[in-house]
Amino acid sequence: MSKGLEFSKKTKERLQAIVAKYPEKGAALLPTLWLAQREFSAITPEVEEYVAGLLGLSLVRVHEALSFYTMYTPQPLGKYHIQLCTNISCSLLGAEELLAYLKKRLNIEAGETTPDKKFTLSTVECLGYCGTAPVMRLNETFYENLTENGIDQILRKLP
Amino acid sequence: MPELVLTKNVGKKDSHTLGIYEQGGGYQALKKALLEMKPEDVIKEVDKSGLRGRGGAGFPAGKKWSFIPKEAPKPKYLTVNADEGEPGTFKDRVIMENDPHMLVEGSIITSYAIGIYQAYIYVRGEYTRSISRLEDAINEAYARGYLGKNILDTGYYLDMAVHPGAGAYICGEETALLESLEGKKGQPRMKPPFPAIVGLFQGPTVINNVETIACVPHIIKNGGEWFNNLGAPGVGGGIKLFPVSGHVKKPGVYELPVGTPLREIIYNYAGGVRGDKKVKAVIPGGSSAPVLKVEEIDVKMDFNSLAAIGSMMGSGAIIVMDEDTDLVKTLRILIKFYAHESCGKCTPCREGTGWMAKIITRIEKGQGESSDLDALLDIANGIRGRTLCPMGDAAAMPVQSFVTKFRGEFEDYIKRG
Ligand SMILES: Cc1cc2nc3c(=O)[nH]c(=O)nc-3n(C[C@H](O)[C@H](O)[C@H](O)COP(=O)(O)O)c2cc1C
Ligand code: FES
Repeated sequence: MSKGLEFSKKTKERLQAIVAKYPEKGAALLPTLWLAQREFSAITPEVEEYVAGLLGLSLVRVHEALSFYTMYTPQPLGKYHIQLCTNISCSLLGAEELLAYLKKRLNIEAGETTPDKKFTLSTVECLGYCGTAPVMRLNETFYENLTENGIDQILRKLP
Repeated sequence: MPELVLTKNVGKKDSHTLGIYEQGGGYQALKKALLEMKPEDVIKEVDKSGLRGRGGAGFPAGKKWSFIPKEAPKPKYLTVNADEGEPGTFKDRVIMENDPHMLVEGSIITSYAIGIYQAYIYVRGEYTRSISRLEDAINEAYARGYLGKNILDTGYYLDMAVHPGAGAYICGEETALLESLEGKKGQPRMKPPFPAIVGLFQGPTVINNVETIACVPHIIKNGGEWFNNLGAPGVGGGIKLFPVSGHVKKPGVYELPVGTPLREIIYNYAGGVRGDKKVKAVIPGGSSAPVLKVEEIDVKMDFNSLAAIGSMMGSGAIIVMDEDTDLVKTLRILIKFYAHESCGKCTPCREGTGWMAKIITRIEKGQGESSDLDALLDIANGIRGRTLCPMGDAAAMPVQSFVTKFRGEFEDYIKRG
């Protein structure tokens, strides 16, 4: 384990409360990875090792989960992570055109991060906001009924 | 319009708090169940209500509960399925964000009926607001003595926790969900044994959708017969949430009697098609449900009526496509989704969805060949019924229905090149 990699005291308390909810420690893996991602901003191999140690799981079991679920990130993303839904209801209302617009505006492809590390652009499957499509998630905030103008306004307001 | 049941508090200020929920009669059903009813009476009442699962398969809820053995060597569990990943579906979120206590109360009553002492609500990771609203609601319920030890001084006890997912459509499938809850990758289990016998942590487990469980307090409060009668005349089965999206003027979640005609939902409630265009196609039950042609939209939205015309009610999510919709592109989006989300365990689904994605992409790019449509159908037929979980069917059905019902449009695409 690399030096200095440790949850804060508060996170450790939260972890304890989470583990207590399950009859088996291993069941706490997904919520623990969430804690880790929030605290360390990425699940690097060192973080994997740390989490495996905390829960008494084999490294391979942690890695397997990590590569299965799409919401954990092995590398730090840009300061703002834009996730645009390109599934059916969003596409019917222009999501693919918005994707082209975002790519042009940020000058990156989907899956890439801008050189200044400010933005990461991803496409995602249905986010469960189909009634207010098209929709994107920027970090943990959802933006609905999205238009090119709307995107401009959202991006302009970001610090 | 009949009185709303599940969505009556949507949009009300602080509707997610315990105070507002109790003011509206919340937790009265819990008191009635725990203080006046035996567990088996609760199951009987739900049986009478005609409530069928709202997650996709439409299994009668009361019947599912009665499969759980009374005595078991391992603890029993309730897991509420809040993974809501079926494209087009956004109804469970409405309940969890606006009325989380309805789900909590329903989960307590359900657990009591089955003799369960631990319940989990598995919420998809993207639903951060649902997760925090539920966590707050659970904390409030503990503080008020509705959860924890000796609930309402009856000696009955129950613990409840929220479990966050992390991005994987397959985890909505009930056995994959159990794997995921145990901290593993979400690959479906072989059945049998069924979760009712060997489920979460090896214990007998009930898995129900959010909307299914949210109906329970209302059924207990007003009676099973009352709920059943809320369904359309001659259909029954209560009310249902219909999320409507796509090319309609007023997309949204509509609470309507089971058995409401699809045409009525599209035109009377969702305002008809944008720009007053014509309908070309409608998916009636989430992305996996076989697509309907415009001639078929007089169908009643209930499990049997939709099955009778070869489609399904699924999650009840209605996706409307207007006359200008490019169905080749739309099917490409759906196939790519299933290819991306296939968990990789069963060969027909893992390989077949990838092959279909290649073919449909080729057709869309104008490089399709005349044999491609039969190849698509061939692969879809090869997947259907040949996988451990119904995800294979879910991937095959859109392909089969789009290509068969709109073959002309696909052929034109190929001819045009
Ligand atoms: C690939 C796949 C995805 C599913 N996703 C969900 C889901 O997101 N939510 C849900 O409630 N049921 C989902 N289901 C259905 C569940 O397996 C299960 O039937 C349901 O949760 C049972 O609850 P119910 O009887 O109350 O409907 C899915 C099924 C499959 C095959
Ligand atoms: S299709 Fe985009 S949120 Fe559902």
